[in-house]
Amino acid sequence: MVEDLNWAIGGEAGDGIDSTGKIFAQALSRAGRHVFTSKDFASRIRGGYTAYKIRTSVDQVQSVVDRLDILVALTQRTIDENVDELHEGSAVIYDGERSWEAEIPDEVTGVDVPLKSIAEEAGGAIMRNTVALGAACEITGFDVEYLDEALEKRFGGKGSKIVENNKEAARKGQEYVRENYDVDLGYDLETTDNDYVLLNGNEAIGMGALAAGCRFYAGYPITPATSIMEYLTGRIEDYGGHVVQAEDELSAINMALGAARGGARSMTATSGAGIDLMTETFGLVAQSETPLVIADVQRSGPSTGMPTKQEQGDLNMALYGGHGEIPRFVVAPTSITECFWKTVEAFNLAEKYQTPVFLVSDLAMSVTEQTFPPEAFDMDEVEIDRGKLVDDDEVDEWLDAQGRFRAHAVTEDGISPRAIPGTEEGAHMSTGLEHDELGRRTEDQDERVQQVDKRYRKVETAQEREDWDYREFGDEDADNLVISWGSNEGALAEALDYLEEDVHVISVPYIFPRPDLTEEIEAADEVIVVEANATGQFADLLEHDALTRVKRINKYTGVRFKADELAEEISEQLSAEVPA
Amino acid sequence: MSSDVRFTDFKSDKQPTWCPGCGDFGTMNGMMKALAETGNDPDNTFVVAGIGCSGKIGTYMHSYALHGVHGRALPVGTGVKMARPDIEVMVAGGDGDGYSIGAGHFVHAVRRNVDMSYVVMDNRIYGLTKGQASPTSRSDFETSTTPEGPKQPPVNPLALALASGASFIAQSFASDALRHQEIVQEAIEHDGFGFVNVFSPCVTFNDVDTYDYFRDNLVDLEEEGHDPTDYEAAKEVILDSDKEYQGVMYQDENSVPYHEKHGVTEDMSEIPDGAPEDAMDLVREFY
Repeated sequence: MVEDLNWAIGGEAGDGIDSTGKIFAQALSRAGRHVFTSKDFASRIRGGYTAYKIRTSVDQVQSVVDRLDILVALTQRTIDENVDELHEGSAVIYDGERSWEAEIPDEVTGVDVPLKSIAEEAGGAIMRNTVALGAACEITGFDVEYLDEALEKRFGGKGSKIVENNKEAARKGQEYVRENYDVDLGYDLETTDNDYVLLNGNEAIGMGALAAGCRFYAGYPITPATSIMEYLTGRIEDYGGHVVQAEDELSAINMALGAARGGARSMTATSGAGIDLMTETFGLVAQSETPLVIADVQRSGPSTGMPTKQEQGDLNMALYGGHGEIPRFVVAPTSITECFWKTVEAFNLAEKYQTPVFLVSDLAMSVTEQTFPPEAFDMDEVEIDRGKLVDDDEVDEWLDAQGRFRAHAVTEDGISPRAIPGTEEGAHMSTGLEHDELGRRTEDQDERVQQVDKRYRKVETAQEREDWDYREFGDEDADNLVISWGSNEGALAEALDYLEEDVHVISVPYIFPRPDLTEEIEAADEVIVVEANATGQFADLLEHDALTRVKRINKYTGVRFKADELAEEISEQLSAEVPA
Repeated sequence: MSSDVRFTDFKSDKQPTWCPGCGDFGTMNGMMKALAETGNDPDNTFVVAGIGCSGKIGTYMHSYALHGVHGRALPVGTGVKMARPDIEVMVAGGDGDGYSIGAGHFVHAVRRNVDMSYVVMDNRIYGLTKGQASPTSRSDFETSTTPEGPKQPPVNPLALALASGASFIAQSFASDALRHQEIVQEAIEHDGFGFVNVFSPCVTFNDVDTYDYFRDNLVDLEEEGHDPTDYEAAKEVILDSDKEYQGVMYQDENSVPYHEKHGVTEDMSEIPDGAPEDAMDLVREFY
């Protein structure tokens, strides 16, 4: 019996790879097992290799590893792409009746199942993937009944006949393997009574937005951010909100800005090239002191780069994007639960400090589904802080001698009062031009300095008032310190299991402001910064903060870090020379 | 909303820096009078402006307002209106702002039919950057960047609006104060996107499309007995490039604004203190 099982289905885009994988992942989750999924897909609609991988265990899993145990291969390429991960205990399920002869490595068990013929018997060739799921159940000793609920969820909308046919197809797949093969690879998938939820990072961001009171979302479709918009569409209406698919990203961020000026908690999300377009308005959001959440789900750049591949290359853009000097917050969730909680926090930060908040996620997290106990998203813990939003009674305090509302009043903490339309006597203009306390254009030197200082004072205030904390793993007293940001956290946490050396891991969800790690860095003998980009953008920041050189692990292949691979890299770096 | 609102309540204490004689003075006065006349007050009005001479309007008017970036005023107005169906939204811009850098947004705001009024101060030139050709400049109009004229036909914003499925298309002249105000009022009262292209002469850089030119050439559609609900008649007037018209060219009487089509009725600024009561259902969906 193995502790965790790595299963995958691969074929051509359009083969139903995604939905089949999702069905199996949901079934495993219903069986009380933890699941971590990953996707490999090309930037095309039909054709091209695509795979859905699942790692499952009774313990929490939060990374992928370089091992594949059961592979459902719909094409030879599926086998070729994964051949390095197959081992003696692996099984490849394939359909020998199809027009290809599967070339399977000698040590691997080939399980030839006439997927299409069996599916046809059960009611239609389209169900061949479900037959394969049944076959996988037999090989892994997983009760086929767990598939039923997932099949109902997937096909329920298409009628009970289709659901029943699929259930039948799964059972026929199971029976075929039972009758024709005597496979014993030692897999026996244990089940538990635990109830888990299974969701990905973009769904968690969308859910966080709804929990936080987001009422308006405008966006333009772009991989991999679109699923946030798809999630909100159809759900935000239940709360009186609305999603607009804008004509472009320029429009999207300006609509979101408008809604925020109207007093709604408002958000937009994009990726790569879309962020470039939004940058024009980013400065206006800050200069007009509008609370706005802008999510950037990173993918491989620059330009259109590799739209369906992983990278953490936008950090510098989030920190420095835009002309002039722009006060902002940059928050980067480190896990799927963090995608939820940091989204809630982003809305609070935006309104408390009347500033744009960049919520920086990445492709790996956005498409990865993971199981959690539902309490990980405990809605009772959600707190809303709308900042200095003034009502009709409070407006008076902020009027000047002529009765004009001081929307950009210079205050000690840098935060001005905020009146939204409809507030009596609160009418005022805000602008991207430098302005006085009333929001009126100014080029007066003193007023310019006052307003610039005021806006940056908000950041100082936030630095003092908020917890810019981080997460730690491993041995806190170890001489070796590994630091990372964003979605690498899971792989890093699991890398500890493979490492022989003692390592202290710090995973940072805040890029600006960020925790001061100087002491930790000074106390360590070796410091390695892990990130999915070529130049080490976060490492640069830490070197700048601590005035020292750090080692770097950079991956920019377009593929996320794997736990075992990362452990190897860390070991190598620990024995390497410190860069000059 | 108080009934004793005067148009001067919409005036800020900032003196306009427009050139003496600029058409924008008359355009803005008409807008303020129209807002007051239609029962709005500064506290329930939101004015969005773009960049350029026209964009300064937010500074000279008094209301909730945002002075944004070049060409993006319409998306901002859309956002305000969606968040706040209870608020009167007016968007002001220029011909460069609306028909050049913002042309894409114009087409889509029109087809969305967002319930707001859009007043474009069309002087057929870039004024604030000191006299370059604009999208509505004549093809032989000589400027610093087009010494022999742009050599391309001007954009017909009315036709662009019509082709995009507009529910209200009008044109007015800044100097014909009463008619301009009436037309803007109709745009405000229209249920949907109320588009008004205003001839607003630039006295400094445009010596062709002058007050005198418009006075001599303007044809008032009301006097002509034009029926704005007649689509074919509207099409004819809008595509007639030989004359300059003022008045409401087209109005769809069955217009349903975007927010109503999408069932948006609530003030989106109101949210609970914590997560909504049934929020755990959002989590359970992922079982």
